[in-house]
Amino acid sequence: MSDLQYTYAVARIRAKENALFSGATIDQLMACKTYENCLQFLAEKGWGDADTPANAEMILAREREKTWETVRELVSDMSVFQVLDYPNLFHNLKAAIKEACTGESHSNIFYKDTVPSAEELLERVKDRDFSGLPAMMSQAAAEAYDTLLHTRDGQLCDVIIDRACLDAIHEAGKAAKSDIIRKYAESTVAVADIKIAVRAMKTAKTIDFMKRAMAECDSLSVDALAHAAMSGMDAIREYLGGTDYAEGADALAESPSAFERWCDNMIIKTIRPQKYNSFSVGPVVAYALARENEIKTVRIILSGKLNGLSDDSIRERVREMYV
Amino acid sequence: MILENLGIVYALLGAALAVLLAGSGSAIGVGIAGQAAAGVVTEDPSKFAKVLIMQLLPGTQGIYGLLVGFITLSKVGLLGGGAAAIDVQTGLLILAACLPIGIAGLISAIYQGKTSAASIGIVAKKPDQFGKAMLFPAMVETYAILALLISILSVTAIQV
Repeated sequence: MSDLQYTYAVARIRAKENALFSGATIDQLMACKTYENCLQFLAEKGWGDADTPANAEMILAREREKTWETVRELVSDMSVFQVLDYPNLFHNLKAAIKEACTGESHSNIFYKDTVPSAEELLERVKDRDFSGLPAMMSQAAAEAYDTLLHTRDGQLCDVIIDRACLDAIHEAGKAAKSDIIRKYAESTVAVADIKIAVRAMKTAKTIDFMKRAMAECDSLSVDALAHAAMSGMDAIREYLGGTDYAEGADALAESPSAFERWCDNMIIKTIRPQKYNSFSVGPVVAYALARENEIKTVRIILSGKLNGLSDDSIRERVREMYV
Repeated sequence: MILENLGIVYALLGAALAVLLAGSGSAIGVGIAGQAAAGVVTEDPSKFAKVLIMQLLPGTQGIYGLLVGFITLSKVGLLGGGAAAIDVQTGLLILAACLPIGIAGLISAIYQGKTSAASIGIVAKKPDQFGKAMLFPAMVETYAILALLISILSVTAIQV
């Protein structure tokens, strides 16, 4: 019966999916000549509120808020959605550790609305109260803090936290009752591992570095991927060709931005079957991810227009839409 | 004394089960479809009429159960004021005759409710496909009608 408790939510999401941007809507946005025309187009589509300033960041932030307001209204047990928030939460941890170690205070580097809040994270890190942090981050936080304090190596600190984040996502996926969260976690970790392999190969990192940065997942072998990365891009492509991520190998061959786009498209492909699911929390999770993807794509187009990028290079970065 | 009157008890139990099981199924089915309908109307009140029809589809099993219940009660004379003298064997026959609509009504109404909720999703996204959307839950109705037919035929065929 537990799937049936989302019947109202899914029906409401179905109605809301009508307002999601399709590929055609994105083409219309692309066809706008200037940045201002794009903002006007978004306003006509109901983005932002009447009192939201005509500023891309404000409009996009308001849209993100709207999505999460809807999700909170529909789902009483928000623990299902926690895993989607992990990247932001661990970003806040990184920022808190750096602020605590350097003593420099910056505003606007923290994501809001995380649990625990950015302020709480900062306070605990400053007090070196790592055991008071959630279990998934306490060990990594202590290690990253000591590393940064002793070596001043910000990158290594980031690697430790990012790895903890991927491990946390993987664990959450394995523990999740919902099929979509399991698939999302698996895709997210696998795609992150591939990204690490590609970047580490380009910057000639050691195999130990790669293994330290990559998280275990079921659809990829970290060991094989790291060894492939040591041999070069062709070896990575060859390895990926034999996995579920063969299309990623083609994207890698095309260009770095095509690969980034493929990474996001991969997540959208994972969640797309939820369009035909009438029960369970799956469609609500898919809607939240689809909105995030939509907002990201609009941000790419807006910043492309603002910076005078050619339509072709913007189009190369435009993500696939959910609907 | 008790054994003598057990026939009418079985017959009444049959009528009760027909109404109770089919009615419960319809209540669950209409409830599921109603939640989906409410979700759509929250976002788009103009679709109220269409989703209301979808919500009502799983309600028919309850009516079929009621119909079989009425026929049974009238058969055994309980509606006329005087209960017929029914032996145990006839009472059990009437009970068995009532079971198809009771059980098939219960199960089909729940599944019809789920199918209606899914079809309400079609109406939410493509209101012009209302006709097609309505056919899917209507298909489930077939099996409730078949059960109703057999229940009515059986109840009326039993000699009291």
